[in-house]
Amino acid sequence: MALQTEPFILNVGPQHPSTHGVFRMKVTLDGEVVVDVEPVIGYLHRGIEKMGENRTYTQIIPLTDRLDYLASLTNNLAYVLAVEKLAGIKIPERAEYLRIIMAESMRISSHLMAVGFFLNDLGAMMTPVLYMWREREKLLDLFEMVCGQRLTYNYMRIGGVSHDIPEEFLPAMKKFVTEMPGFLDEYDQLIASNEIVLVRTKGVGVLPKETAIDIGASGPVLRASGVKWDTRKADPYSIYDRFDFDIPIGAAGDNYDRYWVRMQEMRQSLRILEQAMAQLPKGEVIADVPQLLRPPVGEAYGHIEAPKGELGFYLVSDNSIAPYRFHIHPPTLINLTALKDMVVGWKIADLIVTFGSIDVVLGEIDR
Amino acid sequence: MTTALAGEQVAKKINEAYPSAVAVADKTAVIVNSDSLFQVAEFLKKAPEFDFNYLGDLTAVDYTDYFEVVYRLVSLEHNYSLVLKTRCYDRENPAVPSVTKLWRAADFMEREAYDLMGIIFMGHPNLKRLLLWEGFEGYPLRRDYL
Repeated sequence: MALQTEPFILNVGPQHPSTHGVFRMKVTLDGEVVVDVEPVIGYLHRGIEKMGENRTYTQIIPLTDRLDYLASLTNNLAYVLAVEKLAGIKIPERAEYLRIIMAESMRISSHLMAVGFFLNDLGAMMTPVLYMWREREKLLDLFEMVCGQRLTYNYMRIGGVSHDIPEEFLPAMKKFVTEMPGFLDEYDQLIASNEIVLVRTKGVGVLPKETAIDIGASGPVLRASGVKWDTRKADPYSIYDRFDFDIPIGAAGDNYDRYWVRMQEMRQSLRILEQAMAQLPKGEVIADVPQLLRPPVGEAYGHIEAPKGELGFYLVSDNSIAPYRFHIHPPTLINLTALKDMVVGWKIADLIVTFGSIDVVLGEIDR
Repeated sequence: MTTALAGEQVAKKINEAYPSAVAVADKTAVIVNSDSLFQVAEFLKKAPEFDFNYLGDLTAVDYTDYFEVVYRLVSLEHNYSLVLKTRCYDRENPAVPSVTKLWRAADFMEREAYDLMGIIFMGHPNLKRLLLWEGFEGYPLRRDYL
């Protein structure tokens, strides 16, 4: 007698440690093999775009902290760049450098979380995460030193930054930049020479180059698939054209490449930090900008290379104190478009790893 | 540096291929009629001189008289960008053709614009609410939603 089988539908999440927040996947399984996956989102939707229409331009900055809350400073940066573009505001030189220092430290901090939790998803429960947190903690202390916050920094302002750095900051940051390559070498040795990690990640969750472009992927996900596209180089904003750094790209677009690209990007960020600290000029940190800013009628799109991909803000002004339309282009939501392509045919354990390798934060996906 | 192509220049090329497709064109954007949006988008993607292979952003704005759907096209090859827009004046039933066949990136972005602004993207394979739940009434990002 033939064995009767039927596909099994499994709900992963919304409350599940591997979903990195409140994310649900409706997974259709044939035994242990994934046949279909449908992402279900919106559990953390707060209507930030609508809230923005009722707040002044400055009041929106704290809202942006709550998008990708593991990289609040880069969210701040993308937003204030869009407003400055809309209103045509020039910012002081020192503020530009402080922004770069903060944004690149944030990238390291965000990538440390990404790599740590990626290994967590691989089954290396909490130990790698705690190693990563050891370094991230130093950065959080530095951020706290500058703006008093450890998660939602609210540091960037329209026209500059809220505080100048204290005198203890630069020595501590220099110490971090000197020590960090050693720690990265240590991690590389522990992770990239581990056979279990290699077997579970190499060739798994492949995202081909053409698909990556087609789905509009960005950030490490796009670059791991071999596309040399980084907004910092392709469309330099702020003062990124003054620094010397490389764009690491992967070849296969598998889980390992996404991990590898993040590790290399941290090294490049350290290079930028070194140069930015060496060139840091003295002077003001914020331009003279009215509290109730009324940008001229028009629209502007500001975008940056956030740690997770291209983060954009689209603002439409009707010359009032609040934006007429406030739209956020979230990189991780778009990167999720290809999740199904990457996991169909693989086991459910690989689904968890592949999802972890995209590095999502639900605050940004749901907004 | 990404070169933002001037709308007027691109509009000339579009007019050669599809006369009467362009409604308005200025320095910053090209606004096309919604019924020829798909053809124009396809032309911009496939013409080698533009090669807009990457959809950078897609969103909708409610100007109360009409809805404007904004497409930000990027060419990774030439490092060009272009803002393409279309307008729909029907408030009850605003519909524009879906571009998911050209760029899969539009999948979630169109669903989001449908969910929050109520734009109907004709030809989208799975047009249902993205962030809000099924059965939610109204479209919160419209200006008359309070």
